[in-house]
Amino acid sequence: MCEIDPATGAVDEVSLEALALARSLSEVGGGVSVRAVMVGEVPDREAAAATLGRHGAAEVHHAVGDAVSAFGGAAWAAAVESVLQTTGSVAFLCGGTPRGMEVTAHLAARLGVPMAANVVSFDGLSPLTVRRQVAGGAALEEMRLTARPALFTVAGHAWQPAASGTETAAWVETTPEVPEADLVARVVRSADPVPDESSSLTSATVVVGAGRGVGGPDGFGPVTELAELLGGAVGVTRVVTSLGWRPHHEQVGQTGSRISPDLYVACGISGAIQHWAGCASSKTILAVNTDPEAPMMTRATYAVVGDMHEVVPALTEEIRRRR
Amino acid sequence: MTRVLVAVKRVVDSSGEVGLTEDRQGLDGRYAGYTIGDHDACAVELGIRIAEATGGSATIVSVGAAEAVEQIRAALALGAHAGVLVETDPTALGPADVAAEIAAVVSDAEAAGEPFDLVLLGNDAADTGDFQVPVRLAYAVGRPIVTGAGRAEVTDGVLVATVTGPHGEETYEVPLPAVASVLEGGTEPRYPTLKGRMAAKKIEVEVLTPTGAATGGGRVGWQLPPEAPSTTEVIGEGPETAPAVADLLQRLGVLR
Repeated sequence: MCEIDPATGAVDEVSLEALALARSLSEVGGGVSVRAVMVGEVPDREAAAATLGRHGAAEVHHAVGDAVSAFGGAAWAAAVESVLQTTGSVAFLCGGTPRGMEVTAHLAARLGVPMAANVVSFDGLSPLTVRRQVAGGAALEEMRLTARPALFTVAGHAWQPAASGTETAAWVETTPEVPEADLVARVVRSADPVPDESSSLTSATVVVGAGRGVGGPDGFGPVTELAELLGGAVGVTRVVTSLGWRPHHEQVGQTGSRISPDLYVACGISGAIQHWAGCASSKTILAVNTDPEAPMMTRATYAVVGDMHEVVPALTEEIRRRR
Repeated sequence: MTRVLVAVKRVVDSSGEVGLTEDRQGLDGRYAGYTIGDHDACAVELGIRIAEATGGSATIVSVGAAEAVEQIRAALALGAHAGVLVETDPTALGPADVAAEIAAVVSDAEAAGEPFDLVLLGNDAADTGDFQVPVRLAYAVGRPIVTGAGRAEVTDGVLVATVTGPHGEETYEVPLPAVASVLEGGTEPRYPTLKGRMAAKKIEVEVLTPTGAATGGGRVGWQLPPEAPSTTEVIGEGPETAPAVADLLQRLGVLR
């Protein structure tokens, strides 16, 4: 299943990553066809067909109609189920987004088959063995999916989208029958992101992060100043939000946002797995910490050993000086 | 008067360094300690609030080892009224098995004339992260489900749940009986009071045996990703590094 990124109106990056994994599976499996299914509104079908075609989907099955115009896990799963049946698919995958997870879980329950969440790789087809993230990304589970269709979601940033060729995917529209019972739990009202406060964090090219080391709710001045100077967003650890020092939408980590900026500056952050899960996809990480052995310091691209209360203001001053 | 059932899972605290058990079936909790995940904690909080607001009750259920009574009692100390443990080896269970056991608790309550109007669970377990127990449970008990709710209230027998995410703030209105999975962030869990802890000690946690044989989840084993040797470039020490760091920022193209 491929989704539209609500922020851009284009096919979501994570869907393209899942499509790349699907193509790999298909290649190893002897060239089984790869199709995409989309449900509900697609703002620009032509663009979607071109993008999905380039990324390896032969066809796009687009489920439309009143039953699926609003999001509802059961209704969307019913729609996907009918496409799985018409196409005789042996595997279904999608990006590990909240909707992707939910629809896949519904399919698993409806079809009475297992589901693997957050798959990062596969290892052999007989039996189909996948590796998936567990413990917030701290460990990997090897899991066998022997039932068909094989159902799984793909962890974000685990696969690279792979565009090749210029074929546009054929567009097949369907209006699936959805049982009444599946229409009960659906979105009845939605308020626009305005913009969504955490989406500025997840789309920022620079993020300046801070943890408990800041010392208290009034200690974020230097951090927000540096973020502003670099045109970036502020991110914080879970401890900071559970202490009430900063709002939840600034949280980076397993229970917060996953960021992938060009630069992540981690100030006074030890780098617990919970937080690392959220920032590991950053292109470059600069860590500032008094402890040179802290996990964030040994995993970062660059490190400064020192007290963030001294280093960050000095850095800010230097940046201003150079303007 | 809403009767709420809240499911919690005893998990190894993975906020620090993690290690695996010898049989590689899960995390080793001997040094890290145990807790319930943040999503579960918010489910407990919402369950207690709904019980308080509607003059109903909140029952805590956990499917797991005998020690999970500890986590049930911690939730009782926050204001939940009753606790049920389905005692079993958690590593032998897959998500479908867990859902089946919780479904059995729901069916038993219905048969006893004291049905649960609402079942709340954390969106995903902090250790196994299967993202499917709540949905499987919903199908097992034949109820509609909302997943990823940050906030949930019951008004006139209708569950009003809000899901906040990339698509904005989405509201669901589902007539009870229903199931909802909860995502941390929309509500602040309360802290236990001494009075609550004392009262919790007196509540007897019902211990049940599983109704079915575990089918497992297809798990072969867990592994820790190989720790790559550190390639970190240490720029220097202290605020004197500011010019060198500014040079780096310039090279990275983030200085305008």
